[in-house]
Amino acid sequence: MSKLTKDEVLHIAKLAQLTLSDSEIKKFLPQLTSVVEYIGQLKEVNTEGVEPTAQVTGLTNVFRQDEVDSANTLSVDDATGGSDKLYNGYFKVGAILADRSDK
Amino acid sequence: MDLPLTIKETQKGLIEKKFSAVELTDSYLERINKYNKEYNIFLTVSEEDAYKKAKEIDKSEKKLPLAGVVTGYKDIFMTKGIRTTAGSKVLEGYIPPYSATAVKRIEEAGGITLGKLNCDAWAHGSSGENSDFGPTKNPWNRGCTPGGSSSGSGAALSANMCLVTTGTDTCGSIRLPANYGYLVSLKPTYGAVSRYGVIAMASSLDSVGPLGHTVGDVETVFNVIKGGDGHDSTVVDHEAQAIKSKYKIGIPKEFFVDGIDPEIQKTIDEAVKIFKSEGVEFKEVSLPSTKYAISCYYIIQPAEVSSNLGRFDGIRYGNSREAFGDEAKRRIMLGTYVLSSGYYEAYYLTAMKVRTKICQETEKVFGEVDAMIAPVAPTPPFNLGEKTSDPLSMYLTDIYAATANLSGIPSLAIPSGFSKKGLPLGFQLMGPRFSENNLFDLGKKYHDAISFEPKVALK
Repeated sequence: MSKLTKDEVLHIAKLAQLTLSDSEIKKFLPQLTSVVEYIGQLKEVNTEGVEPTAQVTGLTNVFRQDEVDSANTLSVDDATGGSDKLYNGYFKVGAILADRSDK
Repeated sequence: MDLPLTIKETQKGLIEKKFSAVELTDSYLERINKYNKEYNIFLTVSEEDAYKKAKEIDKSEKKLPLAGVVTGYKDIFMTKGIRTTAGSKVLEGYIPPYSATAVKRIEEAGGITLGKLNCDAWAHGSSGENSDFGPTKNPWNRGCTPGGSSSGSGAALSANMCLVTTGTDTCGSIRLPANYGYLVSLKPTYGAVSRYGVIAMASSLDSVGPLGHTVGDVETVFNVIKGGDGHDSTVVDHEAQAIKSKYKIGIPKEFFVDGIDPEIQKTIDEAVKIFKSEGVEFKEVSLPSTKYAISCYYIIQPAEVSSNLGRFDGIRYGNSREAFGDEAKRRIMLGTYVLSSGYYEAYYLTAMKVRTKICQETEKVFGEVDAMIAPVAPTPPFNLGEKTSDPLSMYLTDIYAATANLSGIPSLAIPSGFSKKGLPLGFQLMGPRFSENNLFDLGKKYHDAISFEPKVALK
């Protein structure tokens, strides 16, 4: 099966929002390549007509009433207690939209 | 004081006032203070909470099933007000606002929470060496791994720092630390125990279960934590299966081939002989697709890992993604790769189909036998550092573990003896979904027949 290239590793890292240093790329490339080669053995298996399995409970469509359960609801303070980047009880996040540069 | 090694003896001692729950807590803490620095087992000790609870137990009637049972939790279980790191620097200072269902149920049943146990970061690993807080050493031999990923959960019992522990098993992570620590543990049926409040690794494979010194203790804790809580929609409340009067155990021929360690082969041969003398029948069975189990697992699991770890963005809690360690980065990338455009069909979809074949073969075998016997790992405890530079060789440690997770069946890890070097040996018994009761029964039969006594490593 296919050998991983440096460009592919950089592409995957970008998709996964990971920043890799040069030494990490150098270390991970052969390690990931050997794993990718190993898992490639699955192409030997005849899977024609076999349905995929995503979970093994045999359950389908587990529903509950759409009701607020106040005994199991966190307060705003508890829910935001893990962050110090807060504003008026909201999380502060980085901007994802920028000013248009063509105006 | 000599610490009791079973729940029964602990509760007998408390009721007869041979010792108090506060004195038990003192003794475990004394051992933690003596050995933890060297063995790196507890990441957080919740001394104040433990004493508070111990005093309550000393004042109460002690009728609860886990009254006075001093417990440690793998640090992937959320504990309200007690730091929970998942073994990762990403969650270095994270204090959860609520507790996992398993923790809550153990505490409500009288358990005393003593603290949080080291593990491979995000439960990624077979040796404990992927913990961002340093590896745990095996109390039976400090040059060896205690087995991962629930490394602290095994070592805490071998070092007698608490009476029972919890772990999570996505591919052997409850069974291997028991196997490498002369302990009993249960990877329950997928869907028997709620994962609510347990940091997710690979959601179609993760199981929550107990580790202890005896089959009876593991059974007691399982009965406390099992069953639906309305917060994990995979959990089914299942009637316990009736205990069988006669058993037939399958020996999967694909698991006993070249490469199996001779001492492990020998200990399983002896166990088979003992079971036979107890009237258990044996039959050779076949699981032809299990040779692809690790490949299948190392596609499905990283795919689910890459999705589950997507939520760690450093905004609502925890540090940024730069704080991920090497193994988490490798798995996130592997998962992203097998799910990415152009590779999804070749890897992920194929793996889901191979999983179907493994499930079908397992189901067929359980039409012929009541349980299967197998090694837990290919070798006894290996040396720290032995496999760290070669992730693939580390992954292959779990070659016998994957079948139970992929097919969602329960497996009981049982200690059987020691190697010539004095390292723990054991085996696993797998059964059909929701057959835990019968696995416990078989485990007790075996341990009764060999007059099993629990043992701890450090004086």
